[in-house]
Order: sequence, then C-alpha cells, then structure tokens
Amino acid sequence: MRIALFITCFNDTMFPRTGRAVTELLERLGHTVEFPQGQTCCGQMHFNTGYRPETLPMVRRFAEVFAGYDAVVAPSGSCAGMVRDHHRVVAAQYGDAALAEAVEHVVPTVYELSELLVDVLGVTDVGAYFPHRVTYHPTCHSLRMLRVGDRPLSLLRAVKGIDLVELPAAESCCGFGGTFALKNADVSNAMLADKMRHVQDTGAEFLCAGDNSCLTHIGGGLSRLRTGVGTMHLAEILASTEGDVR
Amino acid sequence: MSAADNVVWLGTPAFPEAARAALADTRLRANLRRATGTIRDKRLAVAAELEDWEELREAAATIKRRTLRHLDHHLLRLEKAVTAAGGVVHWASDAADANRIVTALVKATGEDEVVKVKSMATQEIGLNEALADAGIRAYETDLAELIVQLGGDRPSHILVPAIHRGRSEIREIFRREMGEWGRPAPEDLSDEPRDLAEAARLHLREKFLRAKVAVSGANFAAADTGTVAVVESEGNGRMCLTLPETLITVMGIEKVLPAFADLDVFLQLLPRSSTGERMNPYTSLWTGVTEGDGPRNFHLVLLDNGRTATLADEVGRQALACIRCSACLNVCPVYERTGGHAYGSVYPGPIGAVLTPQLAGIENAASLPFASTLCGACYDACPVKINIPEVLVHLRAEAVEAKRRDRLLPTSEALAMKAAGAVLGSPRRLATVQRLAATGARLLARDGLIGALPGPFARWSGTRDTPVPARESLRAWWRRTRPAGSEGRSTTAEGKGRR
Amino acid sequence: MNGRETVLSAIRGALSGVPDSERPDEVPTSHGRRADHVGPDVVDLFVERAAEYRATVVRVPPSGAAAAVGHALARSGARSLVVPPWLPEDLVPEGEWSLLADVPPLTVGQLDAADAVVTTVATAIAVTGTVALDHGPGQGRRALTLLPDQHICVVRADQIAPDVPEAWGLLDPCRPLTLISGPSATSDIELDRVEGVHGPRILDIVVVGDA
Repeated sequence: MRIALFITCFNDTMFPRTGRAVTELLERLGHTVEFPQGQTCCGQMHFNTGYRPETLPMVRRFAEVFAGYDAVVAPSGSCAGMVRDHHRVVAAQYGDAALAEAVEHVVPTVYELSELLVDVLGVTDVGAYFPHRVTYHPTCHSLRMLRVGDRPLSLLRAVKGIDLVELPAAESCCGFGGTFALKNADVSNAMLADKMRHVQDTGAEFLCAGDNSCLTHIGGGLSRLRTGVGTMHLAEILASTEGDVR
Repeated sequence: MSAADNVVWLGTPAFPEAARAALADTRLRANLRRATGTIRDKRLAVAAELEDWEELREAAATIKRRTLRHLDHHLLRLEKAVTAAGGVVHWASDAADANRIVTALVKATGEDEVVKVKSMATQEIGLNEALADAGIRAYETDLAELIVQLGGDRPSHILVPAIHRGRSEIREIFRREMGEWGRPAPEDLSDEPRDLAEAARLHLREKFLRAKVAVSGANFAAADTGTVAVVESEGNGRMCLTLPETLITVMGIEKVLPAFADLDVFLQLLPRSSTGERMNPYTSLWTGVTEGDGPRNFHLVLLDNGRTATLADEVGRQALACIRCSACLNVCPVYERTGGHAYGSVYPGPIGAVLTPQLAGIENAASLPFASTLCGACYDACPVKINIPEVLVHLRAEAVEAKRRDRLLPTSEALAMKAAGAVLGSPRRLATVQRLAATGARLLARDGLIGALPGPFARWSGTRDTPVPARESLRAWWRRTRPAGSEGRSTTAEGKGRR
Repeated sequence: MNGRETVLSAIRGALSGVPDSERPDEVPTSHGRRADHVGPDVVDLFVERAAEYRATVVRVPPSGAAAAVGHALARSGARSLVVPPWLPEDLVPEGEWSLLADVPPLTVGQLDAADAVVTTVATAIAVTGTVALDHGPGQGRRALTLLPDQHICVVRADQIAPDVPEAWGLLDPCRPLTLISGPSATSDIELDRVEGVHGPRILDIVVVGDA
C-alpha cells in the first residue's frame, strides 16, 4: 500500500523521531511510505483559536498535497481529527466548490496511526519489542473526535516484553488544549498536576500517547518535577524491536 | 436594559483571572471534585441501564432541533392551548419587559410577597431584584437557592447552585440570616445535612402555607395541549405550583416541545443526566387551570431575552436545545477546577460558555469560548447532543472577528497568528524557521530542555520544561536520507502532489 | 409593536434560512423504543425500584389492602387520615385514627395538621419506581398528597406500566399530573441525599394483586 506520511508541523519540528518511527514501522510491515515535501500544517491552531480565514490556505494545501494516495497517516489524533472534522467546514465557509470537492476526496483517506494499522492494514501485532513498564493516556481528540477506542491499547498489548499498566482517570483531559495552555495557564496547570499524579501512581517508566502535543505538556511537567518518567509516542514503541537498544 | 445586564455579572473579570482566584480556594476545589465525581459516576451507571439511551439522545436532539426551526409555529400553538385551558400568555422580548409583566401581575393581586421555585430564567432576568424595587419580596424555596439567597451569594451550578458551599458554611448562613427572613434557625442547629434540611423545611413551611402568589420556571411546555412541566426533588415546587391562588411561570421560548407525547423522551433523559437518578422525586404537570385543584390564575410569560439572536446563528442555535441538566458541568475538567463563579454568568460550565456569549453578546463574554480545552467530554455527556466544542470554536472565530472589527491595530495574538500562518503557508519558509528555531533554542536550553520562556509563554514554562526543536526536522531527514529520484514525489520541494 | 409581535417577528427573522417548503410536522417525532431493560417481571421490578427510593413497599392480595394501609399508619403512629373523594371504601382500614374527608375542601391548615393520606394512582412505572397521579377519583386534589407527612399509595398490579413511554400513553394531559418517585429529597448540601424536605417524608406503596 502506498501511504503518505502527514507528519504534522509540530512533529516535523520537535519530534522528527516520531516520523522516523512511523516510517520504519510501516516499511517493516511491507508498505511504501512517501513524504510529500509540500506539506505543512493542518491548520488546527488557527482554527481552534478563532482565526478561520487564516486556516483556508492550509486546508487548500493539504487537499492538494495529499490527493491521490491509498492512505494518509498522521501520528496525531488531534491533527487527524482536525482534517476529518473541520476541513470540510473551512472549505464550505471560505473556499470554492473545487476545494470542497478536493477536501471530500482526501478526507476519507486520512487516518490516525492506530486506525491505519488496525482498520486498514488489519494488524494488531506489529512485531514490536519494548521491555518496559508503560502506561497509556488516550488523548481527548483520539478518544472523542476520532473515537479510536481501544485500538492503541490492543496494539500495545501485542508488544512483546511490555508491562502495560492502566492509567487512573485515563480519560480526563491533561489540560493542554493548544492555546488553552497559554490563555488559561492556571487551569491548565491544575489539570496537568492531576494527570501527573495519576501517571506517577502507575509506577510506569514511560507515558505513551498518540499525540506529541499532549506528551510535551505532560512530559514537560514530569521533567520539571524530575520524576524520571519518560514520554513515548505510540509509534516509537511500536517501531521498537529486539534489535533496538533503548 | 440589555440581555447582558443579568446574564453576565458585572464586575467579574475575564475567565482566566476569575479562574485563578477560584483555583486558589482549596476547599472549593475539594468540594467540586467530590461533588462532580459523585454525580458523574451515578449518571454513567443509570444511563447504561437504558438499552435505548443513544436512540433517546438522538430522538431528543431531533425533536429539539426541529422545534427550533419552526419556533414561531409551536409558540402560537402553545399560546392557543394554554389560553383555551384558562391560562393567560404574555410575551417578553427582554428582561425589562419580563420583569415589568411579572411585577404588574403580582401588584394586581395586592400581595407584597411571592414564593419561588428554582428557575434559571428568573435568575437570568434578575426578577428578584426587580420585584424588590417594586416593594415585593421574593422567597427562594429550593434549598440551594435558599442558601444562595440567604448568603447574598450567586449560584455556581445549574442544578446544585450552592455546590461551592460546605455544610458548616451553610449552618452559619442559616443561623445568621434565617431570622431576618422569617422563622429563625434553631439555636442548636448542627451542620448535618439532615438537620439543615429540616431547618429549611420549618423556615419555608409558613411561607408556603400563606403564599398567595408563586413564580416558577418551566422545564418543558407541550404546544399541542398547553401542558407545562416542572421537574424537582424537594416538593418546594409542588408547594408553589399547588397552594397559591396565582401562579406566574416565566419560560424561555426555547422550552416548547411540539407535543405532550414528546415529553416521555425528555423525562427519561433529564433525571438520569442531571442527578443520576432514574427519576427525580417529583414531576408536576399542569394544563391551564383546573377547577377545585391548584391556582385559580395561571400566567405564562414567554421570554426571548437574547434567544432569537441565538436562534439566528445556524451553528450556535443548537445551544437552545439545552434542557439544563448540567451533565456537561459535571464532566468538564475546567469546571471541576474552577467552579461556576469564574464564568461570571447565570449559566456556567461548558453550556454557559456557549450560551452566555450568545445571549449577552460576544463582546460581553469574549473569554468564555476559550475557557475549554475542547476535550469533548461535554458533547458525549449531553442528552440532547449539543456539539459544544463545535459551538465553542465557532464562537472563538466570532470573538476574533469582533476584536478585528473594533481595533485599528491588530492584537499581538493576531500578529502572531498571521506570522505563523505565513510560515505554515510555505514548506520552504517552514524549513527555514525550523533550522533557525533549532539553533536559537539551543542557546536557551540546558540539557536539551528549555526552562523559562518569555512573554505569553512564561506561564507555560513556569511549570513545564520544553524540549528544544530537533536539530534535523523530519523533512530535512527525509531529503538527506532518501535522495532525489529514489522516491519520486518526496523530493519536490514545493511539490503539490503532482503526478 | 407589542411584545408578542416583537418576539414573533424576531423569531421569523432568525429563521429566514429555513425554507418555506419545510413543514413543522414533517420530521417524525416518533422514536424507536427498546425496553429490554425492563426484564420479565414488571411488578417485581417496580417493587424493587420503588424500594430503592426508600419508599416502603409491600405486596398484598386484594383482600389484604386495607390491612396493609392500617399497618403503614400504625408504623408511623398516624392519628388522622385524609380520605380523598371516591376512594374505594375497601381501602380504608379500621382503627383509632380520625378520618378527614375533603368534602367540603379541607383548609391548608387542616391538611398541614393531618398525619397521613391514602390514595390510589393513575398508573405506575416499573423501571423508575414511580407512581403517577392524575388527581382523579380516589387520588384527590394535589394538596392532599402534599401537606400530610405520610402518603400511602395503593397501586393495583395491573396498573404498573413497564417503562416511561408506556405509562406516558396512559396519562391524560388535560388533568394535573404528579409523578412521584420516593419521598421528597434533596442533595443540595454536599450532594448528601436527605429524604424528606417539603413533600411527605414517608411514602408507603401498597401493591395489590394476586402474586
């Protein structure tokens, strides 16, 4: 299957290792991964902060750059959710008929990583090996926008050597919320404090999630408190094999 | 008087500042955490009992949305049915109108006091204050509303208005204030909820028995029969709806349902969503006046007060489907931390964040649509499927547009967004910024982490380390490791997926 | 323009996007109903659910109804019993209590001073443990079941509907209706549930039928 990687602007800049992990993983499963260099951003930050007209060029670019692939994979529930739920809205509000049509074509091909693996590629055991204690935080947009359900957990459960422990109050928001963390920093901090306490209660070495944005927020807090708990994107755990030294 | 005058409390700062004060109150946070956690679990348990819960939600959403699209038609049917059953219907376009109508109705009875059933609509229009100005005393009879009224306080939750008060505070309020309003609290009043409830029972009983006029809200009204419904727990509603000679009901125009038959859907959804009970203790329904049973005069005041402006917004309109169950408050991670006062509105929580700016005007509540992480828990919990996150981002756009209109110079945020838009508009510019950021950030960083950040990021970096941008972005890695030609399109720098 | 015209024209203005061809009653309001949650025995379920609301529920054969009412009165120590017009005579127990007929209507003070009231119901709802009164014969006007501190409700087993929608179809919207689920209650103080606020603090339900 010819799969385009939509890395997302945040991962591209901050967490290219997640993109490399997705690539390794999908190639290991026998698929062709392509990286359209024209890609930039899904426009979520602008859209969710209220800057809708500014989102339009990004929606247009996305529809053009990612047209024609068997599947487009995004290692981010939030960005995949933006494309799936809101690109149509922007196209309808500010775009033209051609854009609306292009968006209609591309949107059904876009998947978050766990959706692509489980629903499209039909695998849960991706042959990974990760001998560590891990707890999983289902990010809000994976959970409630995309409704990925237990797909990520079924992928993690199949990882050899993993000690997967349940995160208390897992479905509570971590308090990131994009620009919310800046605009409402105090509330965000209060939510973060609770999330960190739950993570620490598990005794996990690594907190895993499908969104590096939430992980940056939670991981940044865990780092500041010198908890020693690391963060790992789902893709990185799934890409790990017995050959890796981590 | 505009709709904003009472929907939004004057003097409340923008949400982030109000929230900061609330967050510092550790007792408030403990109360809220326990209270919202308890209701949340109960709600999930009783919702799961009904096999057709999702179908019920869908039915309720459909009925509400359809009714709103033909609101004039249904209100006229309601008016006709209520009138035929012996009631009198009044129409109020704003709070001042409604207050004038109710005050005149009370004055006409010759009475100078009224008993009240808990009602959001009368909170919203500031009816108690308007009645007081006319020399009429309004007694709140719901226990929580009584606590709020005696404490000179404001409600902080739709269903449990005194959720921010602990038992010992309530005892103090009762001991201090009840004597001012009627029968005093017993000298030896304890802070046991049972004793506090008993004190309220005794305090209010004399008022119920002598009251000639009652004011209520309405949960629902059926257009075909003219039947009005009030859902409650304590029996104070039944007292007000049954014993006085005159009943004045103030109802938002969005509460109308097409048919009495539709009520069964909502009576299944509302109690389970709000208190986590299979059914609330008391539901009263009445149709006009009944000979020999209950009030001899019934007035129904239909209230607009910003609702038609909300109705005009095709996205925001869905907020009018709200049945005031407060499930969204109880699941909201923001509300759980801040409580209701931080919203500065009669309508707090997620639904308040979408309803308040619409009823009162976005310029009067511009910070509220941003008081959410868009986590979506509210939408999942809503029994009438109001897509609150959708309306929130819709209103954020309105708030930004309103600011753009009002200012000669763009805000710093608008400038930042514009700059970010320019970078993200071109992969080449993005690549350049990535290289600059990776180098620049390393100057700020220690051990690959950034501590303190300037400006708008200071509050972020106060509690979190930030990783530095990668030395090599993914797009740079891809170009370096997968040379031109090996992967056709991956090498087209500004490629737009040509093939 | 008066308030009515102002509001109506504002609504019509707000709804200008709704096509004229769309009729208000075109979208069906009927909804599929699945009541698999009711289970096989409706009466058992009603008894269980009503009791969960801390109503005192007993099941008796038709011949035992009056005695069950008498037991309930004796338990609470009631000395006066309000009897609504057209209450079946075989529901009134022999005993020490004084009977108060609502003909002519009792005053609010008399009702407030009365200890108990016994009524029939219009229907009942198993899934929610609810009794529904339409204040017709045997049930009395609304104040009768509000002011006395004990309400004894006699429910025939064949009056129990499995679920809210089915009960709903049995109710007459032209009558005042009161749905009662357990004694009055509040959770307004720290969400601690307290039974017995303004309504009757004791709710007895006597389910009559051949078990």
